[in-house]
This record gives sequence, C-alpha cells and structure tokens, in this order.
Amino acid sequence: MSDMPFEPTQELTREIDDILSRYPNKMAACIPVLHACQAQNNWVSPEVIDFVARRLDLSTAHVQGVVTFYTLFNQHPVGKHQVWVCRTLPCALRGGEDLLSHCEKRLGIHQGETTKDGAVTLRSAECLASCGTAPMMQVDKDYHENLTTERVDEILESLGAKLVKK
Amino acid sequence: MIEPVKHLTKLYGQEKSYTLDVYEKARGFSGIRKALSMEPAKIIDEMKAANIRGRGGAGFPMGLKWSFMRPHPTKPAYLVVNADEGEPGTHKDRTIMEEDPHLLLEGCMIGMYAIGAHACYIYVRDELHLSKQRLWDAIKELRAKGYLGKRPFGLKDYPLEIYVHTGAGAYICGEETSLLNSLEGRRGEPRLKPPFPAQVGAFGCPSTVNNVESIAAAPIALMMGGAEFSKLSRLHDVNDGGCRLYGINGHVNKGQVIELPCGPTINELIEIGGGVTGGRKVKAVIPGGSSCPVLTPDDVFHMPDEKSPLHKYNGMKVFDVPMGVDTMRIAGTMLGTCCITVMAEGTCMVRAALNLARFYKHESCGQCTPCREGTGWIDRIFHKIEEGHGDLGELNEVSDIASNIIGNTICAFGDGAALPMLGFVRKFRREFEQHIQEKRCPSNGSLL
Repeated sequence: MSDMPFEPTQELTREIDDILSRYPNKMAACIPVLHACQAQNNWVSPEVIDFVARRLDLSTAHVQGVVTFYTLFNQHPVGKHQVWVCRTLPCALRGGEDLLSHCEKRLGIHQGETTKDGAVTLRSAECLASCGTAPMMQVDKDYHENLTTERVDEILESLGAKLVKK
Repeated sequence: MIEPVKHLTKLYGQEKSYTLDVYEKARGFSGIRKALSMEPAKIIDEMKAANIRGRGGAGFPMGLKWSFMRPHPTKPAYLVVNADEGEPGTHKDRTIMEEDPHLLLEGCMIGMYAIGAHACYIYVRDELHLSKQRLWDAIKELRAKGYLGKRPFGLKDYPLEIYVHTGAGAYICGEETSLLNSLEGRRGEPRLKPPFPAQVGAFGCPSTVNNVESIAAAPIALMMGGAEFSKLSRLHDVNDGGCRLYGINGHVNKGQVIELPCGPTINELIEIGGGVTGGRKVKAVIPGGSSCPVLTPDDVFHMPDEKSPLHKYNGMKVFDVPMGVDTMRIAGTMLGTCCITVMAEGTCMVRAALNLARFYKHESCGQCTPCREGTGWIDRIFHKIEEGHGDLGELNEVSDIASNIIGNTICAFGDGAALPMLGFVRKFRREFEQHIQEKRCPSNGSLL
C-alpha cells in the first residue's frame, strides 16, 4: 500500500463508469480500465493496480497478472512520447531494422530506453499490420508509413527530441 | 490474368467512406434489412452456400461455424469479432475498419441475428487506434439513427448492441480462446478445447468468434445470394468461395491490399505488386502470414489421386496454382490470411528465419512448456548459426525441437511457430549449412 493512492480525475471516473456499462461483469473491464488509468498516470504504478483492483472487485494479484502479461502496459514511467519501430520480417525486408538503429543513433539511446529529457521512449514493436506500407513506426496513437530516414528525423524533431548530430 | 473486383472494397478511397451517410447511399443497409425479414436458419444456409472460408487463417467455413450455435434456455449468446490483426505479413483487416467500418458493423448485425446473439464485441488490438475510433464513431452514428438498439431499423423487436473491446499488445490474443480470456479481463492464455466456444465461449456463454473480413463478407453474400457469391471464386468447385482481400508485401514495387476473386496464383499477385524490387528473381514467398511454411519458385504441386478435384493442378509449379485453403494445404503450407510476403534473391534466409523465430519467442504466452522453451531454443540456435558459430548437430536439433512442439500444445500457436521454422530449414538447408561451414553469413545478413 502506498501513502499516495491513485486519484482518478472526474473525466476518468465517468469513463470507467461508461466502460463498465458495456460488460456483463466487472472483470471484463480490466484491460480497458487499465488503459484509461495508464493514459492519466503515464504508467501502471502499484497504486494504479491497487485502485483498479478495488474498483473492479478483483484481487491485486489478478490485476498484476494482467498487467505483466500484456506488452502495452508500462510497468515503469515512460517518456512524454512513445515511438515504436516495427522490427518484424515484412518491415525488416524493407529496411525496418536499419530504421530502428537510425532512431537509436539519432536519439542517443537504445531501444527500451527513454531520452534524458524525458521526451521520447523508443521501443521495437512486433508486426503492427502495416506490411504493405513498410517500413513503419507508431508514434503515440499515429502510424507513420513508407518511412525514409529523413522523414524519421522530421518526426522525431517534431516530438521535441534533441537529435544527436550524424 | 485475374481481374480485381470491388465488393468489399467498393467504398475504399471515397471521401468520408467511413461515415454513415456515404455508406447508406452506397449500400443502404440492405443486407441487414433483408436478414431481419428472414428466418435465422435460412441466413445460415445462405452463408453455407456462399462457402466463406474463415478469413483469419484457419479457413473454417463460416456458415458451418454459425450453425454450431444452439440457443441456451438461460444463457445469452455472443458474437465476438477477431480484429486482433497481428500475424506478421498481414495488413488487410485494418483497411476494412478504417475505410468501411459500417460494412463490418452491418455484418455483425447479420451475424448476431443469425446465431441468436444480442451483443457483439469487436476485439481490436490496441495499436489500431484509428480503427477503434472509426468503429466507435460508426457505432454512435448507428445508435443515434436507431439502427442499433431495441428495435433495429424499426423493423423487428430484436435488440442489437455492438461494443469495441481493446487488447493490450499480445499476438496470442488472435487465438480465439485466448481472445475470449482477454475479453473477460484475464491474461490472454488459450483454453483447452473442448468445450468449444459455441458451447462455452465469452462469459461462459455460447459464442461465435469470426474474423473481421469473414463478417464483412456476410452482407455482400446475403444480398448477392450465397451461391452467386461463391461462384465469384476460381475455386468455387472445391468449396472455397467468393472474393477476399489479398495483401502483397516484402520485396515488391507496389505493396498493397487488393480485392480479388478467391484463387489468384502467387505469380499473379507478384505481378499485381509491380514485380520484385530491383528487377530481381523471387527466392521465396510466405503465402499468408508468418505461420505458413515458406514456398519457393521450384516447388511442385502433387495431387496424384485422379479422383481429387485438385488433380488438374498435379505437376504444376505451386506459384501457378490458384491459392485456396485446400490447394495451399496440399502444397505443404497454409493459405493463412492471403497476404504474401515476397523475398527476392540475395535475401539471407537464416536471417529471415531468425527474425521470425524471435517473434515467436517473444509472443509465446508461456503456458505450455514445449512452446515456451522450444521457441526460445530455436531462436538461440538460429542466432548462433547467423553469427557464424553454429554447428551441424544443432541444426539437426531444430527438427527435433520443432517436432516436439507440434501437437503438444494447447493451442495452434505451437504448430504455427514450429512449422515455418521446419520449412525454412528444409527448403534452405544448404544455406544454413553454408553459414556453419564458412562460419559467417555469406550474404552479410542482408534482408534488403
């Protein structure tokens, strides 16, 4: 138990009520509610797990088990923007692996890390269903397809990331 | 040469194709209006006649699946749509949800009515934010018009509701029982079958799980008439009917999604894709997502049995045989999701196999030991070989490991991970051996 429990905003409280109205039981809301809480909190902290467990009448062990199963729940704080570069075969055949190492060089971090200023977390992703327009990356909620290294630099700059000179 | 058709993709590329206005002008919800005037059993008969083989990869006939649903005296029934598109190389369902969400929703309404459900969950992988948004917006439009709700279209007291549910990044949730666990708010681990979802599915109730594209074909098949729809296909005579979306990706000039009658050949698809990049020759093709074993231009189709309707293709190159659920199975692979991944000459096949081995290692849910340990083991062996310090003994071990995964896991993921690995090693064994003998990658690890 933490001293500072997770406090949902009014908007989030309404959203959770709305989510709960869609399902025949509370447990089914577990993943959507975790997403909604993560959107407010940046990551799924132990306090968030505690809150979700109480709100949905689940054990914290159950919620923790769900959080650790799925890759999109952040188990640590992440940067302001999240960049996912697809590394799977169809993208790799069109330069996806080079794109990822390009991002690593320009941001000065390895995949899985966050820039020092907290602007960007860089990660590799498994197939994002955009193979016909490869290589691609996802930035927060947006897909960027048919990428070149020039375009990637533009996108990273627009996120406020300081790029390492070539 | 096969000609593209515009049934599923009628609205693609039109301005605001995802809005109710555009959809209603073009298609008029005539499928669901017709369905509500029919007996549910008659709709299922039409779907059986349409020969819609499941578009998610397994190719199970959709009409037959719907017919497994039996009304339960006390429990509700559910329709669940699998929109967890994540099979490497697959990029077709997303286009339906983004460009024509109302087509999918109309299909859901027909499906619910036919199987006796009142609620439908569309399980969309979380990464597809635009798809989720388009679906939610479309659902709101339908509710506002009274097309969803207690009395759809004012035609019949048969309440219909559709919800979008989201995953959280797990390939395994594309497996139907794993998807159901995830929908219920659990870890996405596959369930033992039986009981099958038609008996015990979502929330312990009878459920049907269908792929996005299968469901989206329902309104079209119903309006056209099941038998007519089936005849669109080149493989109509082997119960593989209609038209479907084909994806073309990898080393082609024009990667794309295109709608064709069922049964184009791989060579035709490569031609539609504008040929191979750099004018190179084709080295290998994965026919329908990474779980389908790889094919080469030299592969020959064997069907010596003269009684088989597929005998006419006997002795032909597999690349010249119409792609269907049954033809691809006989060719030693699977049709899968019909999105081909083309690899040109010069591609290092060890590197390609390693890329996919890593994918399966990452995505194995870890529930069954053979799959959890085996996928990691294969990944390590391929990695060593690619890096130039593998040995032949280990290469031979891959077959053992893969054989010990196949058939020994709860779900089909194990087979889907092991079969393509076996495929790479069998078809390109000399390339693997060359890596081992030369202690390096002869093509410098090139995938481009």
